[in-house]
Amino acid sequence: MKRLSYREAMQRDPRVFLMGEDVGCYGGCYAVSRGLLDEFGPERIRDTPLSELGFVGAGVGAALGGMRPIVEVMTVNFSLLSLDQIVNSAAAFRHMSGGQFSVPLVVRIATGAGRQVAAQHSHSLENWYAHVPGLTVLAPATVEDARGMLAGALADPDPVIIFEHVQLYNAEGDLPEPWTTDIRSAAVRRAGRDVSLITYGGSLPKALAAAERLAGEGVDAEVIDLRVLRPLDTPAILASVRKCRRAVVIDEGWRTGSLAAEIVAQIAEQALYDLDAPPARVCSEEVPIPYAKHMEDAALPQTEKIVAAAKAVIGSEVPA
Amino acid sequence: MIEFKLPSLGADMDQGKLVEWKVKPGDVVKRGQVVAVVDTSKAAVEVEIWHDGTMLEQLVPVGETVPVGTVLATLLAPGETPEQAAAQRRAAPAARPAPKQTAPAAAVAAPISATLAQRKPISPAARKHARELNVDVEGIAGTGPHGAVTVEDVEKAAAAARAGAVPAAADRYAEMRKAIAAAMSRSKREIPHYYLSETIPMQRAAEWLARENEKRPVTERILIGALQIKAVALALAKTPELNGFWKNGTFEPATGVHIGVAISIRQGGLIPPAIHDVDKKTLAELMRALSDLVARARAGSLRSSEMSDPTITVTNLGETGVESVFGVIYPPQVALVGFGRMEARPWSEDGKLFTAPLVTASLSADHRASNGIRGARFLAELRERLQHPEEL
Repeated sequence: MKRLSYREAMQRDPRVFLMGEDVGCYGGCYAVSRGLLDEFGPERIRDTPLSELGFVGAGVGAALGGMRPIVEVMTVNFSLLSLDQIVNSAAAFRHMSGGQFSVPLVVRIATGAGRQVAAQHSHSLENWYAHVPGLTVLAPATVEDARGMLAGALADPDPVIIFEHVQLYNAEGDLPEPWTTDIRSAAVRRAGRDVSLITYGGSLPKALAAAERLAGEGVDAEVIDLRVLRPLDTPAILASVRKCRRAVVIDEGWRTGSLAAEIVAQIAEQALYDLDAPPARVCSEEVPIPYAKHMEDAALPQTEKIVAAAKAVIGSEVPA
Repeated sequence: MIEFKLPSLGADMDQGKLVEWKVKPGDVVKRGQVVAVVDTSKAAVEVEIWHDGTMLEQLVPVGETVPVGTVLATLLAPGETPEQAAAQRRAAPAARPAPKQTAPAAAVAAPISATLAQRKPISPAARKHARELNVDVEGIAGTGPHGAVTVEDVEKAAAAARAGAVPAAADRYAEMRKAIAAAMSRSKREIPHYYLSETIPMQRAAEWLARENEKRPVTERILIGALQIKAVALALAKTPELNGFWKNGTFEPATGVHIGVAISIRQGGLIPPAIHDVDKKTLAELMRALSDLVARARAGSLRSSEMSDPTITVTNLGETGVESVFGVIYPPQVALVGFGRMEARPWSEDGKLFTAPLVTASLSADHRASNGIRGARFLAELRERLQHPEEL
């Protein structure tokens, strides 16, 4: 899907080019850019050295120079090397130049665990980026969004970070028209009235599965897909919470200082008197993500944990 | 300043428990508006107010039981300012009877010394909703996480309060039985009853009604019982001494014909709420009022005016199969009309013998207010009215 959106973007706008590790000859480590090198040539599909600081910085420069670069970073762990370019340069230039410069850069970052690639390739650090003013942070969780969000990101005059969960790359789905989707609002993926399950990215399928399980037990769960991690669609979150009066936030990041923590804080600040139970979080255990399969599974939010948390806030089961 | 006092909602009521305020201080209220729900021994009753005004201060909290006549709230008369009202109150401090303290009221007072850890878990939404519904949230058992009171718990408690289930069902039954016992004992002790009965041919009424109902949708069909009630209302025009109250050793004729309809409710309860101005209602209006009244009586949402002012009572035990009923008058009323079952029996008219649907109508009347001959006149008029159903 991503490949399709790349092709569309590059056909539409000659300023768009792609660079990153293994995007050319190898076709991308998740085969996202396979075949594009033959179609668009090495000028527009550029393999880079293993130097995130260097090539993300080059992307910032190209964007400042009028291009529309898409820079791929293989995992969010590796993206930490490029944080300086993203936070100190890309996010800040519009502000520091008094609006004279903008950085129309799109950075695509793979994130998340579940592939047994251990503690240097599996983390979910979206919240680090969602913390930074000047960035738009997206997290497509559906095939439609994976394809449609890129066009919106390229149209944005400021830097946009797109986090793609590694477990979603093989997801399949129908592609309805139009091919572009908005990059401002959250989406209700399942309407319900008893508990609001608020999540994004790789945790969305788990939350939807939990909602189905809960439905079998008479609990009507609503599932909110955040889609945009910065700026958060707070009105959508509050509307759902006000309706259901109970909220569980599911976030593959570590609990402490997480995006889930920010969402719970917003709920507490703005919807306290609509709550029927303290908001709950289902996050990753506070350990580096383990290699062993059973330990990796145990460290991550899972459908069973979401079901249990939802039941706990409803009161039909007291948490252990 | 207007004082809104707990009205007597029937001869057998001497106190009531405030279940819900329907308005808040500052709300503008209109004459006839329901402003509170009061639990009597018989039902949760919606109490109307009889003045236009603005709610100033609610003196009796929800959950408190107070005697009839207690000032429940003060209101500003139209155009009056709070300062004027305060001055008036200072001038007459004794005008406000102290509400009777009861055990539940004491329990309502929040334990101020409660520490955070001992605090009952109540969700913020439930607390807010309870305030909106005027429900005592401290008294509700919680079903949420860690036993917290949730919005659903509050709604259930409020619904239970509205349905009059606040005292356990068994208690309510005992209370209602006690109230019926008090009223009926008083009636038989004080009222010298006389009883008359009359067999009324219902052929014309039944045939006319069948034709009428053919023209109506099923939901608007009229029952024979509505015809009987209307005939009672019209017949009373010629014998007004049966329609009114015996109070302080004298008969007070009523100004309207408000017929109390004896309605059985679950668990052996009996309520005779009034349909107002029956003589002025069309049959269709009467039928609608009757259906509405039965439904609301069984749901426990009657209004204070319906409870307090029937001027005569009609009871119909026909459905249960008895031939006739000689009822006990509900004081301070002076008469009760009973109808038995309608069935085809031998009947003769104009020298011919045939079968016809008949019903036995009876009158129990207070001999202090009327004599037998007037009662007989009433039953004759009732029979006559039922022979001309098209005029009902």
